[in-house]
Amino acid sequence: MQTLFELALSVREITNLLRQRIEGHPPFQDVLVRGEVSGVKDHHPTGHLYFSLREEGAVLRCVMFQSWRRSNGVFDPPAEGEEVVAQGYIGVYEREGRYQLYVQKLWRSQELRLGEYYLELERVKARLAAEGLFDSSRKRPLPFLPRRIGIVTSPSGAALRDMVRIIWRRFPPAQIYLFPALVQGDRAVEDIVRAIGRAGRWGVEVLIVGRGGGAAEELWAFNSEEVARAIASCPVPVISAVGHETDFTIADFVADVRAPTPSAAAETVVPEREELLARLADLRGRLGRGVARSLDLRRERLRLLQERLALRHPRFLLASRQQALDELGERLGSAVTRLLKLWRQGVEALGLRLEALNPVSILSRGYSICLGPGDRPLRRAEEAERGDRVKVILWEGFLGCRVEEKGEGRWK
Amino acid sequence: MKFEEGLKRLEELVRKLESGELDLEESMDAYREGRELLQRLGAMLEGAERQVWQVDEEGMRHLEVFGELTEEAG
Repeated sequence: MQTLFELALSVREITNLLRQRIEGHPPFQDVLVRGEVSGVKDHHPTGHLYFSLREEGAVLRCVMFQSWRRSNGVFDPPAEGEEVVAQGYIGVYEREGRYQLYVQKLWRSQELRLGEYYLELERVKARLAAEGLFDSSRKRPLPFLPRRIGIVTSPSGAALRDMVRIIWRRFPPAQIYLFPALVQGDRAVEDIVRAIGRAGRWGVEVLIVGRGGGAAEELWAFNSEEVARAIASCPVPVISAVGHETDFTIADFVADVRAPTPSAAAETVVPEREELLARLADLRGRLGRGVARSLDLRRERLRLLQERLALRHPRFLLASRQQALDELGERLGSAVTRLLKLWRQGVEALGLRLEALNPVSILSRGYSICLGPGDRPLRRAEEAERGDRVKVILWEGFLGCRVEEKGEGRWK
Repeated sequence: MKFEEGLKRLEELVRKLESGELDLEESMDAYREGRELLQRLGAMLEGAERQVWQVDEEGMRHLEVFGELTEEAG
């Protein structure tokens, strides 16, 4: 029979049982614990970090070995009272007779805020995206040549000087309106929102909202929902210009144009005056040459038309008439000649006929003409009275006679 | 008139003139309009003395500190 002493577990045995129980329990092998730091001991020779996590009425001993500490970049020990989150496993420390958290990863308060902040950022982003505030269809084109350029930024920052210098280098007549705002710190969001609102009412044609580079938390204001909504409701196009090229903020998503840096925003907001002047000069030259060429073309066409028209000029018409007349004249001439010839021929024929009719030729054949008073040829007896003197013309010579007898009727 | 609209119109006029598609009267009109546009666009590239104004709850005031930038910019 075993004695009571023999029945009892040794300290090592019970500790081992507990250890097996705890360390063999999977949920304890990877735990996340939040709490307030206390009793920090930075053990110099080893580099291990000892502390407790507290909550009212409870405490958890923690150790973070030097190797974990180094790989986590936890060089500075957490401060007393700092809120942290520790990840690791629960183990039993036999020599002290206690369980403790072997910390493998430690999130410091700053990181936790950042973490919370990033979560909030994602929530805001999702909400604004769902409302369509990031839609490309909302993006307004920037004015080509804004005369009044608004800038919302810190009046003391280098970003402002850079932007002013670049804008004036590119487009010297630009008028710049600064709407000053704190761009970091607790009041930044409120300040930026107010400045954007003022700029929108002021009547600038385009607005740059931004700041120079900085740590992530220094750009936080540009991730706020309020600033995002102020940009979205700004009546004029907004260029976001926050930090460096690699920094993306919600302001960038909601702005009409995202410039990677303030300097880039300044390059974007105005065209280069010299370039525009060169373009105008080119157009001026082409306009002049264009109209000259157009006039030359017209002149050439006019010349061609004139040539064609000249052929129809009255002078040329007259010439052609003359020619026709000449032709006609010629034709007339020849016709006359022909006519004359015909006429002559006719006259000859007539002559022959006349010859035949010539009483003289009849006389030669024995006929005679009797001329009564007044030397009129007598054709009827009644044309003369008895006793009248008549003259009888013979082929050769005549006879003076007196009418002694008259007879009636035609001679057969 | 907006600068870019004027510029676009001017480019169109020049293109038409160059293409020879306009008749004489249209060419002359295009030229006259083009000259006028050139003048107006040129004037838009000139302007008042550049300045930076600060606008806040106290109103608007000229920021003198940027005067020095004028020379750098020039």
